[in-house]
Amino acid sequence: MHIAEGFLPAGHAAGWTIAAAPFVVHGARAVVREVRENPGSTLLLGAAGAFTFVLSAVKLPSVTGSSSHPTGTGPGAILFRPPVMALLGTVVLLFQALLLAHGGLTTLGANAFAFAVVGPWTGYAAYRLTRAAGAGLMPAVFAGVALADLATYVTTSFQLALAFPDAESGLVGGLLKFLGVFAVTQIPLAIGEGLLGVLLFRVLTVNARPELERLGVLKPAEPVTPGGAA
Amino acid sequence: MTRRTLVTALLVLAVVALFAVPLLVDGGTSEFGGTDAAVTEELEADGYTPWFESVFSPAGEVESGLFALQAALGAGALGYVLGLLRGRRTSVPAPAAGAGER
Repeated sequence: MHIAEGFLPAGHAAGWTIAAAPFVVHGARAVVREVRENPGSTLLLGAAGAFTFVLSAVKLPSVTGSSSHPTGTGPGAILFRPPVMALLGTVVLLFQALLLAHGGLTTLGANAFAFAVVGPWTGYAAYRLTRAAGAGLMPAVFAGVALADLATYVTTSFQLALAFPDAESGLVGGLLKFLGVFAVTQIPLAIGEGLLGVLLFRVLTVNARPELERLGVLKPAEPVTPGGAA
Repeated sequence: MTRRTLVTALLVLAVVALFAVPLLVDGGTSEFGGTDAAVTEELEADGYTPWFESVFSPAGEVESGLFALQAALGAGALGYVLGLLRGRRTSVPAPAAGAGER
């Protein structure tokens, strides 16, 4: 998912930066608002950021004989809605671009758009749709976390195909070529990440029940007495 | 072993298997190179020259150390929060007795 430094033509780099910037700014405001209005959220917010920090640092082997990174953006998107992850994900990418020569400053916009915008939104949508279809929390978490991962890499493939369309078959050919590198490798990783998300939520449903109820992830166990504390 | 513990153990096992199986099946023939690097190599082979260099490129060993540091910071923070939440639950008696299992 990390398009390396200098590997997108300048126009594309600028375009994706402009596309990602409003999401990141909006995300920063969402984080500030969340912390200000619900100071009790800070812990879980930290956990969501930490989850993506760990997972995006790990390279995992896949059935294709290559390895790739999970993303870890799903749980935060499910808990706090996607805008929050636009900021947290970009912070992770910035850390990797500056200290690890992984990704880059010129490609930060494109990478943030894939990793911190499209991934979280897709994961959140998958989570909501799965729950709306009547599934329980855990299947929905699995779907959301796994698809946040997969969608990130599909977006990267699309970005690369836009910049480097295939000489003969154009955009579609380029997309298929880059999907061939990323998507197949990513499928087992996405499944593994989905399972890790389920493990995380199993811990949270037991230990962070009040927070999950307030965030609307769990229904309150008992009906709240009307006229209680505002 | 409770059903909950069993499910947790099976989930962990599934995650480990998911990443161990490719290594075992492969039998040491693949390099397991990163997909990110595969793409840049392909583009460079096609004649593309990156127009900007990383501001700071750590040497290989330093880089893996920094990756480990990133994972350690994340895992440390995650473990701190989960431990704190668990401690909060187990140290304070449940505010409403029997909540959630009426």
